[in-house]
Amino acid sequence: MSTVTLAGRVVEVDTEGFLLDPHRWDEQIAQEIAREAGIPELTDRHWQVVHFMRQTYLDTGSAPSIRTLGKASGVPIKELYELFPHGPAKLAAKIGGIPKPRGCI
Amino acid sequence: MPPEIVILGAGTGGTLVANRLRRKLGDQARITVIDRDDEHVYQPGLLFVPFGMAEPADIVRSRRAQLHGGIGFELAEVDRVETATDTVHLSDGRTIGYDVLVIATGAVLARDETEGLDDQEWGRSIHTFYDLDGATELRDALAGFESGRLVVNVIDMPIKCPVAPLEFCFMADWKLRERGVRDEVEIVFVTPFDGAFTKPVASERLGGLLAERGVEIETEFATGRVEGDRRRLVSWDERELPYDLLVTIPAHSGASYVGRSPRLGDELNFVPADRNTLRSKAAENVFVIGDAADVPTSKAGSVTHFEGETVAENVERTLAGKPLTGFYDGHANCFVETGFRRALLIDFDYDTEPLPGRYPEPHLGPLPLLEPSRLNHLAKLAFQPLYWHVLLPGYDIPGVSSEFRGVEAAPATAGRPFADPTTPDPTTTRSKATR
Repeated sequence: MSTVTLAGRVVEVDTEGFLLDPHRWDEQIAQEIAREAGIPELTDRHWQVVHFMRQTYLDTGSAPSIRTLGKASGVPIKELYELFPHGPAKLAAKIGGIPKPRGCI
Repeated sequence: MPPEIVILGAGTGGTLVANRLRRKLGDQARITVIDRDDEHVYQPGLLFVPFGMAEPADIVRSRRAQLHGGIGFELAEVDRVETATDTVHLSDGRTIGYDVLVIATGAVLARDETEGLDDQEWGRSIHTFYDLDGATELRDALAGFESGRLVVNVIDMPIKCPVAPLEFCFMADWKLRERGVRDEVEIVFVTPFDGAFTKPVASERLGGLLAERGVEIETEFATGRVEGDRRRLVSWDERELPYDLLVTIPAHSGASYVGRSPRLGDELNFVPADRNTLRSKAAENVFVIGDAADVPTSKAGSVTHFEGETVAENVERTLAGKPLTGFYDGHANCFVETGFRRALLIDFDYDTEPLPGRYPEPHLGPLPLLEPSRLNHLAKLAFQPLYWHVLLPGYDIPGVSSEFRGVEAAPATAGRPFADPTTPDPTTTRSKATR
């Protein structure tokens, strides 16, 4: 756990940079996390996924898996990998200011 | 008229809940169990079939025969559940009303979710051991496999028994060594995760064991499609992995009727439920047990077994119009077969990840956790008769608590790294802390 300054706000993050408190998030923070992760500009398609991810987490208490994203976010899995390289569910969660998806066990 | 309890599915969860409820309630309730066939497969046995260590016929029994007298059994396909009218609609047009419904229809293999898994190579160079036909075909394919690349591939979570793909790797290593062809075979474990397992300490231990046994591991590989003609796995981000023999664990879904039932399930047809009371989010008189439930623990027989007590208690309380008291803590324990007649044991709950230590077991003595041992292997083998004669009839296994108790001599780093933010069901009157 550590403290970082994102978009001029001091926020607490875990060792991988995920926000500890989802309510300390705003869209400027999202942009900055995205830039650090190599996404220069968040497009409407990015936002669609990020907002879906965040809303699902706030409603249900857990972040959707990649399969759920592909079925319910309106963005197919193939495109998710283009928008959020490597791990779309993980990266979209990080940008959306919610905890790292646990992955089922 | 006594109240009607309808239970969908006569696998592990449906059977043991039916039997527990029958013992609790006798003739004070009518219990009807519905399944589409009469073949109850002992699923932990599937791992042993491909290696000729279990005969398919030895792990299948009649579903009906596992139910106590006085419980009704219907062979029928479910079309949908209408929670608004408390009615189950069957595919043959009949309807069955219920006062309380228990959903125990497990998970199914969703091969059609991955391009290429319905290829003509299925059953030839592409196999699974996650159902009885698949495990039996794989036995024949493995018997003739003497050289090349054996790839064991998890498509996506959740899957049943998340350690089974690792067990398959350990068993394959052992059996190929016995046959003297291990040097001719590369074994590769391919996973969408960043390690052998999702929980950090167990992941490190299991990853270490894979390395010791010469099993390569390919992490963060999210399978997008299988190209059967070229014998390649292709990830969503276009990485390619060749194989000669593919043992895949297809993505899982809940039963298809869940998708046809208004507001009952999620996008994958699993049924969201309160993680402690196991009451569905859809309706107050619908409960969920086992693999069918969307709760944050493993889809595993031990979980289903431990959930049984909670579901039976809460069904009884619901019929009586009382607040729920049954409380499930996420307890799971799994024997992980590591080959060479050894197994390791993991034990965990919603909040505590599997850790090394010793598991108190009064008959065989304390069992070592996260450490391969002969004793754990014997305990795993001893489990099959217990399954048919103690667990399914709805009894507790002596010395094995449905509650997680923690481990002896757990290291000081034991924490709660996976605390779940979900708020508990407000109708729960008993919390873990008060037990």
